[in-house]
Amino acid sequence: MGEISNAGLQGGFDLTQFHGVFFEEAGENLANMESLLLAIDVESADAEQLNAIFRAAHSIKGGAATFGFADVTELTHELETLLDRLRKAELKLRREMIDALLEAGDVLRAQLARHRGSASDSPDARDLIGRIRALAKGEVPAGGDGRRVLRVRVGPLADAAAADGLAELFRDIPALGTLEALDNGALSADGFREFRVTTASPDGELLELFSFHVAREQIAIEPYAEPAHTDTADGRADAPRSAPESDPGYGFFVDPQTLRAESAAPAAAAPAMQPQQSAPRRPAANKPAAAGSLDSTTLRVSVEKVDQLINLVGELVITQAMLTQRTRDLDPVQFQALLAGVADLERNTRHLQEAVLSIRMIPMAFVFNRFPRMLRDLAAKLGKEIELKTVGEATELDKGLVEKIVDPLTHLVRNSADHGIETPSQRLAAGKPAHGTITLSAAHEGGSIVIEVRDDGAGLKRDRILAKARERGLAVRDDMTNAEVWALIWEPGFSTAEQVSDVSGRGVGMDVVRKNIAALGGTVELDSAEGAGTRVTVRLPLTLAIMDGMSVGVGGETYIVPLASVVESFQLSEGMLLAVGGSGRVVKVRGDYLPVVSLAEFFGVPRDGSGPKDSILLIVEAEGSRVALLVDELLGQQQIVVKNLETNYRRVPGISGATILGDGRVALIADVAALVRRARH
Amino acid sequence: MASILAVDDSASMRQMVMFTLKGAGHQVIEAADGQEAFEKAQAMKVDLVLTDQNMPRMDGITLVKNLRALPAYGRTPILILTTESGDDMKAKGRAAGATGWLVKPFDPHKLIDVIGKVLG
Repeated sequence: MGEISNAGLQGGFDLTQFHGVFFEEAGENLANMESLLLAIDVESADAEQLNAIFRAAHSIKGGAATFGFADVTELTHELETLLDRLRKAELKLRREMIDALLEAGDVLRAQLARHRGSASDSPDARDLIGRIRALAKGEVPAGGDGRRVLRVRVGPLADAAAADGLAELFRDIPALGTLEALDNGALSADGFREFRVTTASPDGELLELFSFHVAREQIAIEPYAEPAHTDTADGRADAPRSAPESDPGYGFFVDPQTLRAESAAPAAAAPAMQPQQSAPRRPAANKPAAAGSLDSTTLRVSVEKVDQLINLVGELVITQAMLTQRTRDLDPVQFQALLAGVADLERNTRHLQEAVLSIRMIPMAFVFNRFPRMLRDLAAKLGKEIELKTVGEATELDKGLVEKIVDPLTHLVRNSADHGIETPSQRLAAGKPAHGTITLSAAHEGGSIVIEVRDDGAGLKRDRILAKARERGLAVRDDMTNAEVWALIWEPGFSTAEQVSDVSGRGVGMDVVRKNIAALGGTVELDSAEGAGTRVTVRLPLTLAIMDGMSVGVGGETYIVPLASVVESFQLSEGMLLAVGGSGRVVKVRGDYLPVVSLAEFFGVPRDGSGPKDSILLIVEAEGSRVALLVDELLGQQQIVVKNLETNYRRVPGISGATILGDGRVALIADVAALVRRARH
Repeated sequence: MASILAVDDSASMRQMVMFTLKGAGHQVIEAADGQEAFEKAQAMKVDLVLTDQNMPRMDGITLVKNLRALPAYGRTPILILTTESGDDMKAKGRAAGATGWLVKPFDPHKLIDVIGKVLG
């Protein structure tokens, strides 16, 4: 890290210790800048939004300059120049500027990664810097993808509508680029019409296409230059801002010496300081806190510290459960005070546990925030128009789950964009608006969080899925219900995409999505209507660390069944179980025949002579199917701290984890989904 | 030892300023924007205010103007720490009643030096 020469170590001041904070802060500023850029309305950009973007760039520049990260300083300086002119309304915001700013964000991220040492090189920013400079001067430069912005003049024409064919051309061929009328559809005094065209196609090709609609010699194509807005657009913004060498870098408006002399007397005479309610307060200053001001009310703590806290509280819960159990048989009169204390301890422990677990909860916005940018890029690549709606960003989820749900959700969103949403022309032909909508939503439902990815695209095609399933040798019938047909999507390697695209790959993945979600203790369902769209619903437990469990006794062993999956339970009576086929048994519950699984048999628990045997049926549900579990007795419900079996031992089929009971014994947690799958197949 | 109010929306910048000033034996109070600084300055009289210019809610120049309107801060030294060293900024700082200015990039020695000159 040779670049951190003079600024990194300044005499006795080792500033490198602040690198970590700077990188984290710069990352936040970049994320903030990106979401502001994506949210901004090009036509009517809000000055406060532009100010906030400016501040983000400005803040990164300040830190980068201090630490001597020259490339970051250089690029943010260019951003600042452009943004400064935008916020002062000296320039009009344009789509190309947002594109360039977003691209700059990506480059800065890469540059910062290199300085942090997590990447070996960063992209060459020269071209980008050139473009941003040109934009800041009010010029319209060529895009990085070869796209140019052109002014197309057509005329002289007798009728303004004669040139409307050009607009149709761009509507019909989305890959051609965009065309924008500069004249509100009217002829100029000398009979010309003017358009702004953004395209990657060469002039010759454009001429060829345009000449279908108007005579070739009536067409003039030239590079587009933005008319200067104010007199200040003279490149002044380009002038170096850094102080000349002789400038000491500071200065005084008042001589510090006279200041001291003056301040000595009045300061002593000044009345004791009191909060001044009459002080000037501007309404603007009371606006809702902008990004960045969270700083003063939040505290950055490492995840390890929080996890250690959660573990300790977990141990405390176990100790408390043990005390509760040990004191249960004491005489309530003789030990009244002790028992009251134990009851208080139980209540306080539960509150403490809830409070500690809530530290790990982060809003779904952390996941949703990455999608606007991704969809914007995807839509451009696919030649589609996609609007993203998000609902319930404030819904909180355990940090561990948030990190693991990103990939499956990304896959689902890509699928919706690639296979779900149609091209604008297909959509218009189907009587839908040209732009498709993908809705991401999150909501709490009981002890779970429900996340939906919904699109208003073409929907799944039943006959195509059936044909594909036959091709793959799956057992299918024409009279299968829609739900059964959609379920085929989750089969390994199943894809009906007619064209393999580089966006969502080759259709491996939906099975992986389901597997990943199942590994988090969640479920995923899909529903679709041809022509109307597709909805994928993901359900996840709120946290991996804790859950409500039903403890059941099986041959002297205690197992935990997650309460969320328990539907009902009842006493087994004579003749309820019916034998089917070879060794299978079913039970008829409210008109449905459910497969029966004996936990004692499944887990191979040895039975001794005493106690009840297989006397309770516990109806459980997972992945939309129900089975009846046969257990010896129900022991009660309790909140349990889940311990991962894989990290402590190894993966065991049918078991999703373990917990420590109040009496100190270990109880295994039944993997209901696995039991259901086993029983159903 | 003097009490210094350090105002910057960047946490890393605040930490560096704090580190430098504490190392020089001063007491430092932090604020993340002009508004917060203005409130803290009223709750506790400080000997010197060192503020960034570009901040959400209330910028540095506005903070200077607001502080100067308070009797207790009529003559308290206020320095603007800024990346903008243009004449425009200087004119605004002077008009608002700032004592002086100091350009970024942040340099610990320069900061100590300037603060020494102001506090004597």
